[in-house]
Amino acid sequence: MHSTVTETPVITTSGLTKVYQSRGREVTALDGVDLHVREGEVYGVVGQSGAGKSSLIRCVNLLERPTSGTVTVAGQDLTALAGRGRRAGKELRRARSRIGMVFQHFNLLDSRTVRDNVELPLEILGLSGQARTSKALELLDLVGLSDKAKAYPGQLSGGQKQRVGIARALAGDPEVLLSDEATSALDPETTRSILQLLRDLNQELGLTVLLITHEMDVVKTVCDSAALMRKGRIVESGTVGSLLATPGSELAHELFPVGGTASGPGSTVVDVTFHGDAAAQPVISQLSRTYNIDISILGAAMDTVGGRQIGRMRIELPGRFEENVVPIGFLREQGLQAEIVDDGPAVSAGIPAQTPATITKEVAK
Amino acid sequence: MTWSEMQPLLSQGTIDTLYMVLWSTLVTVVGGLPLGILLVLTDKDGLLQNTAVNKVIGVIVNIGRSLPFIILLIALIPFTTWVVGTFIGPSAMIVPLAVGAIPFFARLVETAVREVDHGLVEAVQSMGGSIPTIVRKVLLPQALPSLVSAVTTTVIVLIGYSAMAGAVGGEGLGSKAVTYGFQRFDNQFMLITVVLLIVIVTVVQLIGDGAVRLLARRGRTTS
Repeated sequence: MHSTVTETPVITTSGLTKVYQSRGREVTALDGVDLHVREGEVYGVVGQSGAGKSSLIRCVNLLERPTSGTVTVAGQDLTALAGRGRRAGKELRRARSRIGMVFQHFNLLDSRTVRDNVELPLEILGLSGQARTSKALELLDLVGLSDKAKAYPGQLSGGQKQRVGIARALAGDPEVLLSDEATSALDPETTRSILQLLRDLNQELGLTVLLITHEMDVVKTVCDSAALMRKGRIVESGTVGSLLATPGSELAHELFPVGGTASGPGSTVVDVTFHGDAAAQPVISQLSRTYNIDISILGAAMDTVGGRQIGRMRIELPGRFEENVVPIGFLREQGLQAEIVDDGPAVSAGIPAQTPATITKEVAK
Repeated sequence: MTWSEMQPLLSQGTIDTLYMVLWSTLVTVVGGLPLGILLVLTDKDGLLQNTAVNKVIGVIVNIGRSLPFIILLIALIPFTTWVVGTFIGPSAMIVPLAVGAIPFFARLVETAVREVDHGLVEAVQSMGGSIPTIVRKVLLPQALPSLVSAVTTTVIVLIGYSAMAGAVGGEGLGSKAVTYGFQRFDNQFMLITVVLLIVIVTVVQLIGDGAVRLLARRGRTTS
């Protein structure tokens, strides 16, 4: 099942800049960020800590005031609503109530029961007691926690707490859900179940999700689109499919890291990216048979992204590049993407792609 | 003095002490709680960041805290007379007692409120909560155990202050101890007032601790 992603932009930031004053020094957390999140998609922003992800997501609902630039959510220019004062006016607060947010550390009130935590946003919206209770129970049912309504957060596991956080974030019937490292404090199995829940909500409710994370697996598991942030800028962005189809994409490399170095000089190392139908074709053996060459597989990663088989493989062909022009052409004809790897010292297997393989830019699509 | 002579003095003294402490605690909480919250809200990076207001409240609180109570008591006589009409008696003493305890309590409130996880404030902001909502639904409930603890400490401080007030025209156990125990050198009477004060303080502390434990257990584990 696919979520219906439309071309309507739901979250747009343009020229978003955030400068902090820290002991007289200026620290630029966001440096002209243009973000476009389409309706119905799950959009992941990845980057290392300090890259500005957290500032970005806080600027989207104006928990942090951007120094300059605009934020538009669901057609509303929030930066205009915010005005100049520090305090959030009525209109900004109303707009915020239509944007759900979940947090890394859940941020549940431990003095309230699970149900009362979910009722909190409804109290703010001014619903009557009975309406609040029925809505809260409905939401708890949606996240699979209807039996925990009377429990206190202190009695729940991390995954359950995050489910409560999600139920609470959905109380205002938001179009947009912001997820601030929602799975970073959870173990891998719980992370998967929370991501699955986000995916289900995205598809069942048509909820647009903007999430920030430092875990590539999160992007691989749930995201339709992704952006890579570094030093307050977005350095790459697009749908996961198009990123993988972009030669030299750092995100593609980080999503599907392939390692392995050439066995010696006089051979050509090629990164092959498969997606769509090509992933199901036995191309490597075809290549081997057609040109009668021996192919070594140096490294490979395969996965299913959004229901599609996608993968990358690093192979080694005997002979130098000039001798392999025809076989590489064959791979491209099969609808695969083939990038020749400069086998310099930068190409080191296994190191998480902070320094991605240098890829020769001569490669055409 | 025989026991039958002491008994009415002691019971009247206890009643007066409790009366002064109870009412001044009430006034202290009403006055100190908003001050303490304002100190947090107007602080740097606070929700209502306002350096001027923060400084002014801070200075007033510090002045109040640095004056020895016995001096404050005397200095406030004109003010007390203006408010109550007299500066003698238990009712009049409520004024200096509260004025003396408000800055103390405000600082305790400030510390308690500051401890509340900022993430919770952010969560309620993200739901569209206003500042009064944040104070009412996050800061106060989350800080409640510490606030109760602060009230307990303040009550005990006020019991001590009320004894001093006894020396300057107030009533209560302090005044009785000064009159009978000190000026008449009745050691037995003195001893009994001391024991009575210890009992009162202990009971207050026990009640306070019990309440804090009850509140802190809320939501920790089942049963």
